[in-house]
Amino acid sequence: MSAVSLWLLFVAIGLGTFLLRFIFIYLFGKIAMPEWLQRALRFVPAAALAALVFPALTHPTGHLDLSLHNFRLLAGLGGALVAWKTRNVLLTIIVGMALLWMMEAAFG
Amino acid sequence: MMRMNEDFLAGVKGALPILVGVIPFAMISSVAAVSVGLTFPEAMGMSVIVFAGASQLVVFQLMSIGSPWIIMVFTAWVVNLRFSMYSATLAPYLQKLSFWQKALLAYMLSDQAFGVSLGYFLVNKKVNHRWYYFGVAVTIWIAWQIGAIIGALLGALVPASWGFDFAFPLSFMALMFAALSDSPTVIAALVGGMTAVFAKQLPYNTGLVLATFLGIASGYFAESLNTKSGVIQ
Repeated sequence: MSAVSLWLLFVAIGLGTFLLRFIFIYLFGKIAMPEWLQRALRFVPAAALAALVFPALTHPTGHLDLSLHNFRLLAGLGGALVAWKTRNVLLTIIVGMALLWMMEAAFG
Repeated sequence: MMRMNEDFLAGVKGALPILVGVIPFAMISSVAAVSVGLTFPEAMGMSVIVFAGASQLVVFQLMSIGSPWIIMVFTAWVVNLRFSMYSATLAPYLQKLSFWQKALLAYMLSDQAFGVSLGYFLVNKKVNHRWYYFGVAVTIWIAWQIGAIIGALLGALVPASWGFDFAFPLSFMALMFAALSDSPTVIAALVGGMTAVFAKQLPYNTGLVLATFLGIASGYFAESLNTKSGVIQ
């Protein structure tokens, strides 16, 4: 990716994200957010993040791998347990990475 | 005027405990930026222009697998849709301001600034909301950028063989579990995740966007069913 298209990428993402942050603070009192949209937006974090996480574990090299040789799947399940119990980003990363490194050192 | 200073400082204090999470996350985002080949000015430029960690990490993951430009932009927007929900929720508290003051406060809106501010507003009624929010948001913004600078400087020292890209899905995982507040949100996550697995082979990572929308639709539908059965009972 060229430097120009990289900076254009940042600006495009940044502008869109700014508008998402700004829109209802600006429009308050001018126009109300439709009720259905407010309800639908509640599901964005869960749906979007799961759509990123699941394939990263099941397709570590771009192909489906549900075997015990898929260390990322196994370490990810360990990390999921920590994430579920603590909801702590840093702790989940530490445990998941440690599990991955241990398995690679032991069986890799 | 005294009241404003007090509330601003209360906001700064309110933000301090969560910096323990904000700074490492900012560092990770910058380490990731450097690991996919961004220079220091590019990593910091993105950190300032976008200022949304989860979407930055998503973009780096898409960069590392060679996704097209438009998919990266669109996916980042989808991941950041939640900000419009925060914007709508905080809007009543951030009024009687000029266009540019609103724009500045909106630019600094983050998951953490939203969470801390709203939690405080619901308990403390007698507060200047704008100053309190500003105190929280600007503290988080500064801490984030400091973490990003440290991460970008350290990033060059982390070899690719450590598999550090695995930190992306792990961080998303923790954020995902935090978003699971009831059964419709769990359904949204399960449908979104499973669809993404089955749609993995679709061209240009379009499966990701499809999976997100199907997940949202499933959660919405499940919630509607819940509400209806509740009325009947």
